[in-house]
Amino acid sequence: MNRRQLMASVAALSAVTLAQPSWAQEEPLKVGFIYVGPVADGGWTYQHDQGRLAIEAEYGDRVQTTYLENVPEGTDAERALTQLALAGNDVIYATSFGYMDAVINVAAKFPDVKFEHNTGYKRAENVGTYDGRFYEGRAVMGTIAGRMTESNKIGYIATFPIPEVLQGINSAYLHAKKVNPDVEMRVVWAYTWFDPAKEADAATALMAEGVDVILQHTNSTAPLAQLQQAGKIGFGQASDMSAFAPSPRVSAVVNNWGAHYVKSIGRVLEGTWQPEAVWGGIGDGIVAIGEITEAVPAEVKAEAEALRDAIAAGEYHPFTGPLNKADGSAWLAEGEVAKDEDLSGMNFYVEGITAEIPQ
Amino acid sequence: MMIDPVALFLLLLSASTPILFAALGELVVERAGVLNLGVEGMMILGALAGFAAAYHSGNPFLGFAAAALAGALVALPFAALTQFLLANQVASGLALTLFGLGLAAMFGKPLEGVKAPGMAPGPFRINWIVWLGLAMVPLIWWFLNRSRSGLILRAVGENHDAAHALGYKVRAIRLGAIAFGGAMAGIGGAYISIATVLQWTEGMTAGAGWIALAIVVFSSWSAPGVLAGAWLFGGVTVLQLRLQAAGVRVPVQFLSMAPYLATILVLVLISARQKYSRRAGSAAPGSLGQNFHALR
Repeated sequence: MNRRQLMASVAALSAVTLAQPSWAQEEPLKVGFIYVGPVADGGWTYQHDQGRLAIEAEYGDRVQTTYLENVPEGTDAERALTQLALAGNDVIYATSFGYMDAVINVAAKFPDVKFEHNTGYKRAENVGTYDGRFYEGRAVMGTIAGRMTESNKIGYIATFPIPEVLQGINSAYLHAKKVNPDVEMRVVWAYTWFDPAKEADAATALMAEGVDVILQHTNSTAPLAQLQQAGKIGFGQASDMSAFAPSPRVSAVVNNWGAHYVKSIGRVLEGTWQPEAVWGGIGDGIVAIGEITEAVPAEVKAEAEALRDAIAAGEYHPFTGPLNKADGSAWLAEGEVAKDEDLSGMNFYVEGITAEIPQ
Repeated sequence: MMIDPVALFLLLLSASTPILFAALGELVVERAGVLNLGVEGMMILGALAGFAAAYHSGNPFLGFAAAALAGALVALPFAALTQFLLANQVASGLALTLFGLGLAAMFGKPLEGVKAPGMAPGPFRINWIVWLGLAMVPLIWWFLNRSRSGLILRAVGENHDAAHALGYKVRAIRLGAIAFGGAMAGIGGAYISIATVLQWTEGMTAGAGWIALAIVVFSSWSAPGVLAGAWLFGGVTVLQLRLQAAGVRVPVQFLSMAPYLATILVLVLISARQKYSRRAGSAAPGSLGQNFHALR
């Protein structure tokens, strides 16, 4: 299909919609999703699909959802988004960072379709963004890690040196340190979001260094399998990973996108939807803390849950001063709370983490 | 800060096992003159079949047997296409990879979220399958260099017309080699799902099959070379992770590049040797990737 035909069919479609507004209203609201991975990944995409199912459960016949899975980032995403828009979807969710430019391009051609892009920062008249404050969950995991470690060494399997990951490392370290001043953090950059074999190797490498509690930013259960064999503990990532409960998986940071999707679709149905930059945490329900299992002593569990509740209520911010950067320079003064724009551009470790950030 | 070399070596052994199996299998296939680019597809199906069998039977070793069987079975359509219908080997191999990834994704749905039984370690706390992989290296070397049937297989790979003229059954020998390659790739894939990850996830082999293909070229088509290649790839991976865990400042990207740079270097050296030495011909089997038809 060349551009002229495309524009012609767009015009035809909008003509149909304009000519029969009453007909259009009786139809269910059509909601489309594009996923970067398979629904079966058990992590990132799986959680988005759970969010899609949450919309169906909430609104029943008033909505009709479809999804395209395994859509590569890049030009193919533009084709997939166009396809969803031409199929008459009223709202389209693009669930990976790399779809950003494709979303902006396609949204410009379909001004009546509402787009929301996950983890991105570009917005338009009909494009909003949404993301999770995962560092809030990491604060809770860090508290548990600091209390549970016997070797005083905790490990972090990191993906890529981007702000979201650095927020996670810093938040986990600060809260482990708060409950256990002797704690050390070891970071391994795996340079992948999903590669079970490499993640397993990273976990084994950390354990060989004496680490006995591992946090992971990568999405497979491979590190948990290694931890289980060695009798050490870790946490679920993105998804609950409850197959490894009660130990080695003692808790989890769960991406609960359904909380956002249900709210967002509700606004579309009411006609109050606006392109926003949503960055929701534990309080908004977007970041959930997976059940803390009996492998964790009751007082540690209570401490972690108290922290979770304080963050949810907005009484406590995980990045509260006084805090210094790793190079010794001051970052936050006593009682000062990190601003969102500082966090979304975070490119440093906090004081106490001795490793280098790969450039 | 000291890194225990023994501990590092144990990490290396485990990390290199999946690619070692797959590359040894592909070595035999290519020595028989067939280029099978479907290694990744056979590995992922082996990972799935092995996981399913281990989960349902509770016995990991049964899982590896099932993985070998599944790998061999899924290689048969490739063998039929290339050996009997004379389809292009490169295209058929790529199709096998895509087919395997898709089929595994489909049949893997019911196995999501369940966990395989753990494996008890073998002698010296090293997994039995790692030992098996190490034992396969001298066995395959002996087979290819010292056994009569191995030499016949190589003859088929070097010049299938001559081998045919001598009365060897070219297609049958290649069929056997392809099935063996599939079984080895299946075991390699199953090592990831049964011994390393203990769960099934779509796409879990994450490109290991392609590395195995590169290692065969790197090895100049020899079994000890395959072991060296697998250890180089596996070793660099675990070494850079290990150095990072120890807090040493390492240029991660350079270490990740190292095995690929080494492969390119070896390829350059091989072709330079061909150009300047009197010995004619390359290390690659003469009939590699060419289809055989008896009437030609």
